[in-house]
Amino acid sequence: METKDETQTQPAPGQPGLLRLATAWFGGCAGCHMSFLDMDEFLMDVAGKVDLVYSPIIDVKEYPEDVDVCLIEGAICNEDNLELIHKIRARTKVLVSFGDCAVTANVPAIRNQLGLGNAESVLQRAYIEGAQSNPCLPREPGIVPALLPRVMPVHEVVHVNYFLPGCPPPADRIKSFLVQVLEGKEPQLVGKDLKFG
Amino acid sequence: MVIDDLVAIAEKERAAQKKHVIRCCMAAGCMSSDSKGVKEALDKAVKEAGLEDQVEVRGVGCMKLCCQGPLVQVDSAAEGATVEVNILGQGPLYQKVTPEDAASLIATLKGGKTNVQMGDPKDPFFTEQFSIVLANSGIVNPERIESYIAADGYQALHDVLREMTPKEVLDTILKSGLRGRGGAGYPTGLKWATVAKTASPQKYVICNADEGDPGAFMDRSVLESDPHSVLEGMAIAAYAVGATQGFVYVRAEYPLAISRLQTAIKQAKQHGLLGSGIFESPFNFNIDLRIGAGAFVCGEETALMSSVEGKRGTPRPRPPFPAESGLWGSPTLINNVETLANVAPIIRKGAEWFAGIGTEKSKGTKVFALAGKITNTGLIEVPMGTTLRKIVETMGGGAPDGGKIKAVQTGGPSGGCIPAEALDTPVDYDSLTKLGSIMGSGGMIVMDETTRMVDVARFFMEFCMDESCGKCIPCRAGTVQMHNLLTKILGRKATIRDLKKLEELCDMVKSTSLCGLGQTAPNPVLSTLRFFRNEYTELLQEDLYAGPNGNGNGTKEALSPMI
Amino acid sequence: MAAKTLTIDGKQVSADESVTILDAATDAGIKIPTLCHLDGVYDVGACRLCLVEVAGISKLLPACTTKVSEGMDIKTDSERLRKYRRMTLELLFAERNHVCAVCVDNGHCELQALAYSQGMDHVRYDYCFPKWEVDNTHTLFGMDHNRCILCTRCVRVCWHIEGAGTKNVSGRGGKARIITDLNQPWGTADTCTKCGKCVMACPTGALFNKGSTVGEMERDRTKLEFIVTAREKKQWIAD
Repeated sequence: METKDETQTQPAPGQPGLLRLATAWFGGCAGCHMSFLDMDEFLMDVAGKVDLVYSPIIDVKEYPEDVDVCLIEGAICNEDNLELIHKIRARTKVLVSFGDCAVTANVPAIRNQLGLGNAESVLQRAYIEGAQSNPCLPREPGIVPALLPRVMPVHEVVHVNYFLPGCPPPADRIKSFLVQVLEGKEPQLVGKDLKFG
Repeated sequence: MVIDDLVAIAEKERAAQKKHVIRCCMAAGCMSSDSKGVKEALDKAVKEAGLEDQVEVRGVGCMKLCCQGPLVQVDSAAEGATVEVNILGQGPLYQKVTPEDAASLIATLKGGKTNVQMGDPKDPFFTEQFSIVLANSGIVNPERIESYIAADGYQALHDVLREMTPKEVLDTILKSGLRGRGGAGYPTGLKWATVAKTASPQKYVICNADEGDPGAFMDRSVLESDPHSVLEGMAIAAYAVGATQGFVYVRAEYPLAISRLQTAIKQAKQHGLLGSGIFESPFNFNIDLRIGAGAFVCGEETALMSSVEGKRGTPRPRPPFPAESGLWGSPTLINNVETLANVAPIIRKGAEWFAGIGTEKSKGTKVFALAGKITNTGLIEVPMGTTLRKIVETMGGGAPDGGKIKAVQTGGPSGGCIPAEALDTPVDYDSLTKLGSIMGSGGMIVMDETTRMVDVARFFMEFCMDESCGKCIPCRAGTVQMHNLLTKILGRKATIRDLKKLEELCDMVKSTSLCGLGQTAPNPVLSTLRFFRNEYTELLQEDLYAGPNGNGNGTKEALSPMI
Repeated sequence: MAAKTLTIDGKQVSADESVTILDAATDAGIKIPTLCHLDGVYDVGACRLCLVEVAGISKLLPACTTKVSEGMDIKTDSERLRKYRRMTLELLFAERNHVCAVCVDNGHCELQALAYSQGMDHVRYDYCFPKWEVDNTHTLFGMDHNRCILCTRCVRVCWHIEGAGTKNVSGRGGKARIITDLNQPWGTADTCTKCGKCVMACPTGALFNKGSTVGEMERDRTKLEFIVTAREKKQWIAD
């Protein structure tokens, strides 16, 4: 775990002494967050030690400054993802790729195999061919963010500090990872804790 | 065939020499600018002028200054004499000759004038050459064995078979200090001795004519210009190591070389210079051609043998080396074209003569194909140890249009770029290796100030990526990633971390690849990084995420490096 | 049958001169990572994972094809070797589409297992995302080129053990791929004896038994309906 940068003068809002934790959800199925919630009663322990400052499971709209650790679920698929991941990177000390989609781009990246124009192809499939009524592509600005030409794992876009693969990573693996972080250790995944798929 | 027959052929050939010999280059370079048309026109003009009994129009091999082709040289003997071989090359050298020029060229024999561009046979490009391998190139007619025999051809084979033991031949080659001309520079005599030592009823000799380096055309020229010298070298090698069957593995992209080899093999067989009981000795030797489909990796000896066997041309780990277990599991000697072309001259003139040429550790001469940003594109043969400066500036004439030479690339995709500051380096195996390049097979690509070195590195990486056989992972997938990274750098989208990744991959691919192709694939990158690192770093983006601790903190401005 | 004495990772080992470093290490209980090696078929030294350091030799040598010799001092594990092994695996994962989450071999895959053993928690190289076909034309087996690592185990068992010679490699570099017969759909390859040895040999999910993939779990409900109603509709009675 990184020690806090002494030169940072701006005091972190919220409760002092607690680790400022965030989780973010990009191109993925939310399964990793479900797995996170599967930690059950351990969540109570976590709650006492962290200040959850941003997450799909809490109601904060803007990613705050001075976050200690952020778990990223999902691949970088669209322009919103891209904008937010840069903001997160700039405001976070330790970034963790959380689950296979963040680590390898996984299933969301299968569209990359279609080559150039893959984004258009998947939109066509979902919104035109798959539509039950009113088939049309969502093109209104500000409604649905435009897809990127290529889905990327998080570390292809910004620097990532740690990787926690798995589809999803089971609760006990997330737990062992968090325990190490909360104890201020360098988290290490060895043996059965390292697994893809 | 006995020695008297050989001498008779030579004498008859010499006696048939006419007063004027007009040599017209019929190698692939000049042929591509219609030297065939020129030769036909010359034949016709001679006929029309009624000079058939005085003039021979001879189709010959490469006359070296390829950029000025088609080349035609007119040599005339003094009144009443015939043209001897030793005066060939003294007469005027006509350049960029067209079929329409033929009549005026013939007219010069009777004191007429011609407007055809004339080269200077006294130019350092010609006078600084020292020919062993190319001695017959541009002189003999590669399609007539008699022409080769008249130039002392097959004399060495006779002497070897009738007067020397295999051991004496080995010792001669060993003493000459000849090293492999294919790239790595392994002592030829040692290689022969290893094969000779093995006790096997079946051994093979292979001539590696799978010249594949971009910018290299030495071996092609030797095969097109003087195929018999290679066949003779192979036969001598076979006698020394105890082989009875030879193969020339030549790439399909060299159709002219293939056809001249076919002709040469046929003629040699007809004259009893290949086959059984050569020169009425107990020595039998046959040579067959194997045409490669143009895979660069088939120049690697184990891949080449696999291809000769009719299998997919992929390398296999060594040991066992071909000398112990090669073609169909038998001991096999594999030598490059130029190496074999050196053999007969060494036998004829002696090991001491050869060892007296070149440097202490690199003996003899080396043929180079000069290409790229250089005035005199073509073939040169110089003693080992000649400086690069002499080769590219004095003989090559420097960069064209007053440009400044920036670097010289030697050794093809396995070699490296030597910066202009190091032009005074003598060209020999060890000096080039010290500079992070290799002698290679002899391709020399000259670059001027307009060349971007990262582009050069990427060009060669793309070549290796496409030519990787796909067998081992580091070469197959590593070249792809290195190419990606070089593309990213050229697109100004890479950071210092990408450059580190590239260097790490270079080290890994070099250390872990199965064969020479992969092991040397990173060389163009490594050598350009060594001498032109600033050209890489100038293209790098600021690393926004490194931060003071490398943890990515410390930046508010975020830009995508990818989109 | 001469015995050679050598040292592997500091351990004195005696082995017959005919065996490879890999055999000698395995006998001594020392595990060297391998991928293209398969017990029972000849080795090709292609995957480069079993490279070891031998004292006095500057090049790294493949343990699977290098014979033992007297006095060899071998290191099977070092920082340098670990680094290269991890890079080799990362290159493989980046090369084709190894989507573990939806792969038939997830959890049984040798490539995965090796990645874990070398601590590969992510791939540092950009994924290539090539487009590769799945050949589902065979009645019993399928071939998914997306998962193929070109170890050629299938080719070797097909030629060497079964003697059928159905499988082979075509193309160069990154475009190299496993083919059947004359580069035709597997289902039309006459030489295939349907022995399944290639599937048994495959270290990844590239070769699989049909019916094991999610996409193949299609049920034909009309058959049920037929069974229930055929008697009533007299569809069982032949005219």
